[in-house]
Amino acid sequence: MKRYSGLALLRNALDYNRNWPPAWRSPEPKKSYDAIIVGGGGHGLATAYYLAREHGFGNVAVLEKGWIGGGNTGRNTSIVRSNYLWTEASLLYEKSLKLWEGLSRELNYNVMFSQRGVYNLGHSLQDMRDIERRVNANRLNGIDAEVLGPAEIQKAIPCINTSPGARYPILGASLQRRGGVARHDAVAWGFARAADALGVDIIERCEVTSIEVRAGRAVGVATTRGAIAADRIGVVVAGNAGVLAGMAGLRLPIESHPLQAFVSEPIRPVLDTVVMSGAVHGYISQSDKGELVVGAGIDAYNGYGQRGSFPVIEHAMQAIIELFPAFSRVRMLRMWGGIVDICPDACPIVSKTPVEGLYFNCGWGTGGFKATPGSGWVFAHTLANDRPHDLNAPFSLDRFASGALIDEHGAAAVAH
Amino acid sequence: MLLIECPWCGPRAETEFSYGGEAGIERPADPYALSDAEWADYLFFRSNPRGAHRELWNHAQGCRRWFGVERDTVSYRIEKSYRLGSAGSGRPAAAQIEASEEKRR
Ligand SMILES: Cc1cc2nc3c(=O)[nH]c(=O)nc-3n(C[C@H](O)[C@H](O)[C@H](O)COP(=O)(O)OP(=O)(O)OC[C@H]3O[C@@H](n4cnc5c(N)ncnc54)[C@H](O)[C@@H]3O)c2cc1C
Ligand SMILES: [Zn+2]
Repeated sequence: MKRYSGLALLRNALDYNRNWPPAWRSPEPKKSYDAIIVGGGGHGLATAYYLAREHGFGNVAVLEKGWIGGGNTGRNTSIVRSNYLWTEASLLYEKSLKLWEGLSRELNYNVMFSQRGVYNLGHSLQDMRDIERRVNANRLNGIDAEVLGPAEIQKAIPCINTSPGARYPILGASLQRRGGVARHDAVAWGFARAADALGVDIIERCEVTSIEVRAGRAVGVATTRGAIAADRIGVVVAGNAGVLAGMAGLRLPIESHPLQAFVSEPIRPVLDTVVMSGAVHGYISQSDKGELVVGAGIDAYNGYGQRGSFPVIEHAMQAIIELFPAFSRVRMLRMWGGIVDICPDACPIVSKTPVEGLYFNCGWGTGGFKATPGSGWVFAHTLANDRPHDLNAPFSLDRFASGALIDEHGAAAVAH
Repeated sequence: MLLIECPWCGPRAETEFSYGGEAGIERPADPYALSDAEWADYLFFRSNPRGAHRELWNHAQGCRRWFGVERDTVSYRIEKSYRLGSAGSGRPAAAQIEASEEKRR
């Protein structure tokens, strides 16, 4: 791998940037691997990277049906935070946040992680009680969190409407200063390049069409580029988790829903932090290019179509204009949808399955981008040792039968 | 925006309806006879198909009745909508109401 550096930039500029090597190879799939990761989103690529880097796996492939990062990784609003209510969840997301803090250096790739702070607004007495409770829970877990009142919010975010006459007045907010945003594509590309350098084969345009199970053990997959055998198979396909589970005869407590987002035309810097509101249901930040990046809620119905309905967009827009009346005249440029894998307790499943050698990492739903490095880290551990790490042990598939659900619905403000 | 045909009121905009999830999930007649895994399957596990899906909708801002819809989850095309329960009774089967309420809780 050719290291990226200031000097390398300078040297390549002298050649008119004609001599940069590709960031990763495009190898033909081998007949067999020690481990196969199905799904080349951020989570799958991170898993492959940590398998090679932390667990010494030299013979790993990532199989991606389209192009890497073309799923939810490249479609999300990139909010990163760790202020979840329950200890199990907050420790997992905090592990991820710690990895984010060193990620650009670790990968030698600028993932543009920007710790600009994340505000979760409260609009009612109950919202504020929930916020106080969550902030206290966060602090007990060693996670930075504070409660702010309307005056402090107004001072930090001049264009927000904190007037008491608003339809949903802002009564306060939690703030996690270490939260922020990152460049979504860069996370996929950075992990891909670093994994490739450690010998991982990244195979694009390779759709897994069936999983071969023999005597209760997964032994390989059929793909659009031929059959591939593997010792262990990790499935990380977000909204398509149910389809892959079906290939191995499993059912999941997951339903797939469209989730939409949109960006505005670029405008001058106006918002230097991230604002989320669960009550009016919208969240917003401004990209480095100047676009306002706005996210909506899920469409209520099941869907795999990577698009949703217009009323949901309208609803999110109303929320944003309620919070930022000045944005009513900004024009929207693009909108799109991803397919998110919704779990009943709004927490992921990172787990062994009843099929030996087959592992699932799914159910991140509307909020898994922030977990990308941490998810890969614990999933690699699970595959390598055939047993979960302490951090993901509570996130097993068994919890739905045992009843040990981790109910992050609403508890973590808005679900992103 | 989906155009959904209520079997009583005719085609209406999606915003008049609320979604009730997968259709045909029956509340177990004797819950105490189930294993934990079977109970979990009833409560939480769904078929979530990529393709044809039978689902419940409620005409919340119209006649307020539950009915069934068969819809493709990739194209979102609605193949048909139908009344629940015995033909012409106009009343959804109790099991299906409960199943959908369970889901929304
Ligand atoms: C609009 C939107 C906004 C969001 N906002 C946020 C946010 O602000 N913060 C946050 O933390 N999270 C957010 N999320 C959630 C986040 O995007 C996801 O949880 C996360 O990116 C999931 O990553 P992944 O790598 O598991 O999935 P993906 O990136 O979807 O990767 C899965 C990959 O599997 C591939 N695949 C599927 N089937 C097969 C097959 N049969 N064979 C081979 N490959 C297959 C797909 O092509 C895809 O590339 C948002 C999501 C959306 C849609
Ligand atoms: Zn009706």
